[in-house]
Formats: sequence, structure tokens, C-alpha cells
Amino acid sequence: MKLAYWMYAGPAHIGTLRIASSFKNVHAIMHAPLGDDYFNVMRSMLERERDFTPVTTSVVDRHVLAGGSGEKVVNNITRKDREDKPDLIVLTPTCTSSILQEDLENFVEQASLDSKSDVMLADVNHYRVNELQAADRTLQQIIKFYIKKARKHGNLPAGKTAKPSVNIIGMTTLGFHNQHDCTELKKLMGELGIEVNLVIPQGAHVETLKDLPKAWFNLVPYREVGLMTAEYLKTEFDMPYVDITPMGVVETARCIRAIGQILNDMGQEVDYEDYITNQTLYVSEAAWFSRSIDCQNLTGKKAVVFGDSTHAAAMTKVLAREMGIHVVWAGTYCKYDEEWFRREVSEYCDEILVTENHGDIGDAIAKTEPAAIFGTQMERHVGKRLNIPCGVIAAPIHIQNFPIGYKPFLGYEGTNQVADLVYNSFTLGMEDHLLEIFGGHDTKEVIHKGISADSDMDWDREAKELLQKVPGFVRGKVKRNTEKFARDRKIALITLEVFYAAKEAVGA
Amino acid sequence: MATVTPEPQALSFECETGNYHTFCPISCVAWLYQKIEDSFFLVIGTKTCGYFLQNAMGVMIFAEPRYAMAELEEGDISAKLNDYEELKRLCLQIKRDRNPSVIVWIGTCTTEIIKMDLEGLSPRLEEEIGIPIVVARANGLDYAFTQGEDTVLAAMAARCPNEAPEEAEKKERNAIASLLNFGKKKEEVEAEESAYADHPPLVMFGSLPDPVVTNLSLELKKQGIKVSGWLPAKRYTELPVIKEGYYTCGVNPFLSRTATTLMRRRKTKLIGAPFPIGPDGTRAWIEKICSVMGVEPKGLAEREAQIWESLEDYLQLVRGKSVFLMGDNLLEVSLARFLVRCGMIVNEIGIPYMDKRYQAAELKFLEKTCHEMGAPVPTIVEKPDNYNQIERIKEIQPDLVITGMAHANPLEARGISTKWSVEFTFAQIHGFSNARDILELVTRPLRRNNSLNGLGWENLVREGAKHNI
Ligand code: SF4
Repeated sequence: MKLAYWMYAGPAHIGTLRIASSFKNVHAIMHAPLGDDYFNVMRSMLERERDFTPVTTSVVDRHVLAGGSGEKVVNNITRKDREDKPDLIVLTPTCTSSILQEDLENFVEQASLDSKSDVMLADVNHYRVNELQAADRTLQQIIKFYIKKARKHGNLPAGKTAKPSVNIIGMTTLGFHNQHDCTELKKLMGELGIEVNLVIPQGAHVETLKDLPKAWFNLVPYREVGLMTAEYLKTEFDMPYVDITPMGVVETARCIRAIGQILNDMGQEVDYEDYITNQTLYVSEAAWFSRSIDCQNLTGKKAVVFGDSTHAAAMTKVLAREMGIHVVWAGTYCKYDEEWFRREVSEYCDEILVTENHGDIGDAIAKTEPAAIFGTQMERHVGKRLNIPCGVIAAPIHIQNFPIGYKPFLGYEGTNQVADLVYNSFTLGMEDHLLEIFGGHDTKEVIHKGISADSDMDWDREAKELLQKVPGFVRGKVKRNTEKFARDRKIALITLEVFYAAKEAVGA
Repeated sequence: MATVTPEPQALSFECETGNYHTFCPISCVAWLYQKIEDSFFLVIGTKTCGYFLQNAMGVMIFAEPRYAMAELEEGDISAKLNDYEELKRLCLQIKRDRNPSVIVWIGTCTTEIIKMDLEGLSPRLEEEIGIPIVVARANGLDYAFTQGEDTVLAAMAARCPNEAPEEAEKKERNAIASLLNFGKKKEEVEAEESAYADHPPLVMFGSLPDPVVTNLSLELKKQGIKVSGWLPAKRYTELPVIKEGYYTCGVNPFLSRTATTLMRRRKTKLIGAPFPIGPDGTRAWIEKICSVMGVEPKGLAEREAQIWESLEDYLQLVRGKSVFLMGDNLLEVSLARFLVRCGMIVNEIGIPYMDKRYQAAELKFLEKTCHEMGAPVPTIVEKPDNYNQIERIKEIQPDLVITGMAHANPLEARGISTKWSVEFTFAQIHGFSNARDILELVTRPLRRNNSLNGLGWENLVREGAKHNI
């Protein structure tokens, strides 16, 4: 048992439901108690979906516990088959099914006899995988199923498309800015002269999945969802894939070059260098931004980064490599992918934190006292408490992270958005600081409080007043250093003298 | 043409498949930890439960709530780990960090299925760590949404003291009372006491925000009725004394287990009344209490009329409009009854669970209201089937659907106005003065419709789209 207040990644079934409901005309039936369909609420609220979320529950209640859920599950599947005529029904196990250990596979077989829809059981175990891993698996499972089916019916298309083409893999519902990223990537592919063969799973129909092998290669923009599918397609059809996230100027170029390499290996003669140069220098504003005085002012400023592997790694590189910002630590909650994360960011930050515990992250932020945070909604709230601005770069997210306006994180337009996000976060803190220097804010009564850095020291009135004059975002650090200085010297009361002495001694 | 006066219809009840959206009952943690200020709620469940609470509580989760998950891991399920030791470790940590006066364990589906004996473990642990542990099995296998509160209060009912505490202790217990009487002379306090009629002790049950508690207590005080306690109180340490023969009365329609516990285990007498929702409900509630207490109610008719008068602007918006309640929180019958009195036509009352005994007075009141208003008597659909309901909504095209968030946006996109049902559970809707708040909620989509009228974009789904209605 563990005491938990907050989790970064959801339970496994959420991952499966995200994949299933990203497809068109696929219905998921959860094997779960009443009340576990909260996914529908989230999708309807966050994505502002106009359509009913294609998820229903085969309810596990007392009755089912006593008599088994076989009949009920089969009925629910065949009923949904009649009502909505979906192409595929995915039976989705939950934590409850994981311990009931009923033969769900068998129910699926029974139900598929009477259904026109295809029926499958999502192969995810609540206790072994989380939301992201389950999404990755379920996507692969569905692709495998339809490739095999096509093979069996002998209608797997042979050969490739005439022009170079790509499958974009891993765009999902409730994914962080996925909709916008997808539009941006399609545009990018267009400009590279590459046709988009299929985007999966978002908006795809399962009957088109057999066409996947027609693409020349696969693009997997996010680390969390799609790699298993790309690997499978590589093994089956020898399809190459690119798994470089095109986020930031340098990584976008690297991704494009990798694509160029693949196409050249396949006998195309493409050269994207001019395109990259042109985009970098004139289309994206990010490269110019990094040379501008605005960005120069950010040089050496401290930041911390936390999120899923994809966004935390990419953001760390953008901050350190493209903007000269000092990333004190970068971290991820994707513990299962720790090795990759370490490899990606180790040269761009002082320290790496891999944890699922938001308390550790809160403490680390309080200790570091960066000028800006880039994290999830949880870090945003830590920032609020500590008076440090935060740019949200990864899930878990809220309704405000589903903007209506066009806000990709990937591709060249993405670099502009990221530059804005970074610059706005830092200047927010800076403005605050200026306001305080010129006495624009009411003087705050309470001394700035670190989350885990509560003080037991007494300050006299004058020293306290002086502390209030220290700009907000360094005040905590000054306070702590002064207190440490006093404590080391067994000084009980901090006076003006002590304050200045500390400043001289430690440069606080 | 021969006119036949139709027989007034009676209520009809149906029961469907139980395939509907609602919140898991563990959500009661969100409002109960706020209500009971010295409590700590520990939900013993899985990531699924945690994910739900984290998302359903919204921004509250960032305010260091007095709640946590005891997240079960594979070792707990396979009984490799010792439940008692594990729970002890976590509860000691809670004691150290928060020092609550009570820890409430919320049992979940998983603890049910693996048959973790929470009721058996708690007394021993309680003894060992010196903090009361109350066990409530508020899981999704057995209950829906607000019924979670019912299971917690039923468990708390067993903890209410039998006897008024000894003098010294009493002083402390009555700290709040003496605070209220601060500065008053003893005679004044006594005079105040004598403002009450001589009636047997009466304890209310149901968790309401403090302003509403004060409001309802004052409303009864006007009739000379004294509320001697409220379950739950602001603090666990202030749970009311309940003795055999006391009278009890509920303020919410979903508290049937609590009512049963108070009757069977605490030997109290239950006053079965309609619920104080809407001015009609509030008046009927007070009247029923008065009649049981042998008090002649005064001024209630005028009071009710006055409230209705003040609602006229809102009533003009709802009169003659139809409303369909899909059903997810058990407030539906009371709400429907109020809305019929407001002049609305209720198409259907969906409800998760219908306790015809506990809600008897409310049901009768609904029937009577329909007859008096000349409105059709709606069908009450227990354990509704959302798919079928949407088919019916498609056919009836009601002016308003009261429903959960899962269906609200899709219905709006199809030109059907909706009101999010969960708001009724969190808004203040009890008593005379909150009637306006209920109508504020109910009319919001109608007022929105009036503001956006004539723009021509009511139906925003493509023709032929799946699930189109
Ligand atoms: S329905 Fe059961 S498993 Fe789901 S959140 Fe509620 S208690 Fe937990």
C-alpha cells in the first residue's frame, strides 16, 4: 500500500479508452463497476466533444460478483453491435477485472459469433502498466489484429504508394495539444513533398488500417504512444521509422534529416537542407529570438523541467541548447522509460529526477527556486504557491490546456509557440520583480514560505522589512541563506547586521 | 362531445438496465472532508479510484485536501502483504502529519472483492493508534454518487454518544454554544431556551454547508422547534447525543441507510417528510415536523407565498417548458416536484435508486403537486438506461435535460438544452431562501438560449453523423 494524493499517469484502462475512442466508429465496453466511466466526462469536458463518447460499461455489481459476468458482457456486446453498428468493439478490463480473473477472452469469442462488429479484448493488466503503456499496447494490438485479418482475407495491398508517403502514429484524444500537432505535421510533410498515408489512431477508420504498409515509412512523434506499433510494422514489413520528436528548432531539423536519409536510402533523391535553412532563419522566429536582446536577458536564468518523457526531454534541450537557459534539473514521471530519458537530457541539465511522487518534485522546486518552471498542472500550482511562473508543457492537464486557437508544440510553428511560452513565463516573473522594486505591490506581510523550507528563525522588524524589498523570486533563497548563515553561527535573532553579514559571506 | 373527467393518474415506476453514467460514491469524500473539519478520509482502493477523485475534485486537489488514497498494489491483492501492518503504517503517517480527530476509511470495489475485513481491522488499530476509525463501504458495486454520504453517515450514526458528556467535558463540547451566547447573561440564555416549545429532542441528519444548517435551524426555531443536534456536525468531536426515543429527520432524499440505522440501531423515531428543497418542500418539511412535535405552525403560508412572488421573473422563463431528468444523484424526485410546482412539465424522472419507504412523503407530495397543477404525472425510471433515454429524448425533444457532463455537450451540439446535474449537489438548494438558487441553475440554459437567439447555430453536428439525434 502506498499513500498517494496525486498521480501523473492514469490507470491502464484510460490508455485503452483513449486509443479506442480516437478511432472512428470503434466502441469500447468497460468491464467495470458503476462509476468507472469518468473517462466520458473528461473527454466531453476537456475536448469539448460534440459527439457521445463511444464508451459504455458492462456493469459489475453484486449480482455479477455472485454469478459471473459472462452473460452480461456478451449481451452488452451484441446489443451495442445492433445499436451502433461499430466496426470494432474493444472490451476493456479495469482494476476490478484484474482481480476477478474471469475468462474475458472467452466472452469475447462467444460475443463475436453473434456480432457483425469485430470484437477484441484489450490486453492490459491494471497492476502492470499505466495509462501511457496501455495506450501504446492497445494501439499495437488493434493494428496487429487488422493486419492479420487482411492477410487472412488476402486483401493486404502489395507495394508502396507512388510518391513518398508516411504514416503518422500516436495522435490520440486527450493527448497534450495533439490535434494542433497533427495539423502542423501534416503541413510539414506537405512541404517536404511527402504524402500522408494514414494518421492513427485519431480520426482513422479500422478498415483502412490494412493500408498502413503502403507508406514508405512511419513517423512516431511522441515517445509514449506508437513505438510498439512502429516496431511491429518494422518487423512485419521492414518499414523504417523516425522517432525523433520534432520539437524545437534543432530537433525538428534532426527529424527532417532522418526522414531525408530514409527516403534517400529508398532511392529518392531528396535534399532538405535548403528547406531547413529557410525555415530556420526566416519562417520560424525561434532562431532569431535566440539571438535577440530579449533572449539574451534570459541567459543563465535558472529553470526546472518536469513532464512526460517526450515533452520534458524536448523542452530541456530547447531551453539549454537554443536559449542559453540554465536547466538545474529535468525530470519525468515515465519511470519505465528512465534510461532513454537520462540518455536524452544528461548533457543539458545538472541533475535528473525520475519520480512519480509530486511531493518530491514540489520539494525540489522549493529548494532550487528557479526563475521559471516548465511542468504539468501540478507544478503550475506549486509555482503559484511559491510565486514562480510556470509554463505547462505536459499532461496531466486541464481545460485551459485544450485551447481553441492553433497552438502546436511540434514543427516550425511549434517552435514559435514554445518561444512565446518560455519568454512569457520568464517575463511574468521579471515584471513582478520590477513592480516590487518600485514598490508597485502591497508589501506582503507573510514572509515567503518554501514548501519544505519552513523557518524556525526570528527576524526583527527592520530585517524583515529589508527582506520584503528583495525581489519576489529570489527572496526565498536570500531568506534561506541568511537563516543558514545565522544558524551556523548560533545567532537566534536576525537583525540588519546579520542580514548584511550573510550577504557578504555567502553572496545571498 | 362527451367529456370524461380523467381519473387522476397515479405515479408509475419502471426499472431499466442500470446502464447509466453517475459518479462513484467515493466522491462524497470531496464534500465531507470539508464539512467535518477535523476528519481525514483515507480511500483504500486503486489508481482507478484515485484518478477519478483527482479529476472530479478539480482545483480542490491542489489545496492539500484532508484526503488520500491508500493505493493497493499487487502485493496487497495477492495477500503477500499484511493488511493490518500496511494500514497501520499509513494511518500513523496521517496521524503524524495531520493529527485528525477521526480517520474515515472508505472501502472500495477492490476491498470488497478481495474481502479485506476493514470492519474487523479498524477497532484493533483504533485502540493501537488512539484515533477513532470509522469504516464506510462506499463502493461502485453497491451504490451511486450521493449514496456515498449515506454510507458514511450511517457509520457515523453508530458513533454518536449515548449520553450527554460529564460536566467538565460538556463545557468543552459546548464551547461553540457558549461562544454564541457570549456576553449574554444566564437569564437571557434561559429566556432564549424558553422560546422553544416543550417537545422531545430532535436530531437532523444530512451534510449541508454551514450557512444552510443555520438557516434551516432558525426556520424551525421560528416555530419554537429546537434542533438539538446535527449529523454530521462541523467537527467529529461534536457529533450529537442520540438516545432511544429521540426524533430524527432527514434533509436529503439519499439518506435511507442512515435513516434505517438511526431507527433500528439507535432506536429513534423517524419523521418522514418531503425534503426542504424549494419553498413548497421547505414548508411541507416544517409542517410535518411541527405536526409530529405537536406544534401549531404559524405564518408558513404567507412565507411560502412571499418566496414564490419573489421568484416570478424566473418562473416566467420556466412555465410550460418541459424537463427530462436523466437521473444520477437521487435528488431527482424532490427537484421534479419543485419544478412541477413552478409550472414545468416533467417528462421523465430517472433515478439511480428509489427507496419508496424513505421517500414516501416526497412521492405523495409529487403526485399531489401534479394533480394540483394539472400536470401529467411523470414516470419514475429506476436504474435508467442512458441509451434508451437518449432515444426518448430524441423523440420528445424536451426544453431542458438535466444530465451528467458525459452527455451535456453532445446534447447541446444537437440543439437540446442541458443543465449539468452535479451542480445541484454542490449548490445551496435547501430552505426558503435558496429556492432562487435552484431556479438560477435551471434557467441558465434557457437564459443563454434567449441571449443567443436568432444566430442560427443551434444544431452543430453534421447530418448523418453516427449517434445523430
Ligand atoms: S467504482 Fe469502485 S473501483 Fe471505481 S472508483 Fe469507485 S470504488 Fe474505485
